[in-house]
Amino acid sequence: MLLLECPCCGVTAEETEFHGGGEAHLKRFGPGSADEEFESYLFHRENPRGVHFERWRHVNGCGKWFHAARCTQTLEVFGTYPAQTTRPPEDLLAKIRDKRPGWSWRDFA
Amino acid sequence: MSDHRTPLGGASRDGRVRVEEMPRRGMITLRGDLSDATFAGTVTALSGTGMPGQRKVELADGGLLAWMSPDELLLVMPPEDVAGALDRIASDLSGQHHLAAEVTDARAVLRLSGEDAAVRETLGKLMPVDFAPGAFGPGDIRRTRLAQVPAAVWCVAPGDFGVICFRSVAEYVYAALTNAAAEGGAVGHY
Repeated sequence: MLLLECPCCGVTAEETEFHGGGEAHLKRFGPGSADEEFESYLFHRENPRGVHFERWRHVNGCGKWFHAARCTQTLEVFGTYPAQTTRPPEDLLAKIRDKRPGWSWRDFA
Repeated sequence: MSDHRTPLGGASRDGRVRVEEMPRRGMITLRGDLSDATFAGTVTALSGTGMPGQRKVELADGGLLAWMSPDELLLVMPPEDVAGALDRIASDLSGQHHLAAEVTDARAVLRLSGEDAAVRETLGKLMPVDFAPGAFGPGDIRRTRLAQVPAAVWCVAPGDFGVICFRSVAEYVYAALTNAAAEGGAVGHY
């Protein structure tokens, strides 16, 4: 059971109040893009054992989307942050580096 | 126009706590920039209260003003005042990004009353929320999950809580609450 804090309404709740929205920080490749890029955007997903970044929606609460960084192995939640960004905040990355030395996830490390 | 009926026809049941459907209330869902002075001024003039803070509810005679999300409020008032309120919102906020929708007959409003600990326990059985008196008190509102459906709960005073849910799930919510409030169901947590 994950305990997530919604950065929009400040509620800390268990995961049944939320709904997972899949991998975070995907860049969309739409019409006119190369086939490889479009395929990657549609199908290629990270499936890490360890640090992972996801989108979540506070579906039974304020209804807003946000991001969460967590560990798929221990279910530890490193932190949550607003949806209006293309990369995690630096202090959160520093916190993860501290807890999981040597981790990497796509372009982040 | 035909008579307006509340979703549960004013049903009530006494168990460890009293669960009852409230009389029909006028309700308006409002979206906009809550920090905007014009928006706040219009809304508070209609509710007769101050602006609610994050996850707070302002109570007034016959109504309330509830914080529902960072850009959403719920305005509750007597049903006959809704049309005038919508006109006022439309004129005051014309040209400004906002949304006002009447949801009077789209929601069900219930009240739980009785011994404070028993009311908190009844709600706590169904919602993943900490209802300890220090964590959830008068003036607090929380949108969450009631058993399997979305709902909002607020505290008016110790032993007096309100619950609002979609009309389509009113019977489910009523059944869940009355079951949780049944005699012999004491847990003794709070």
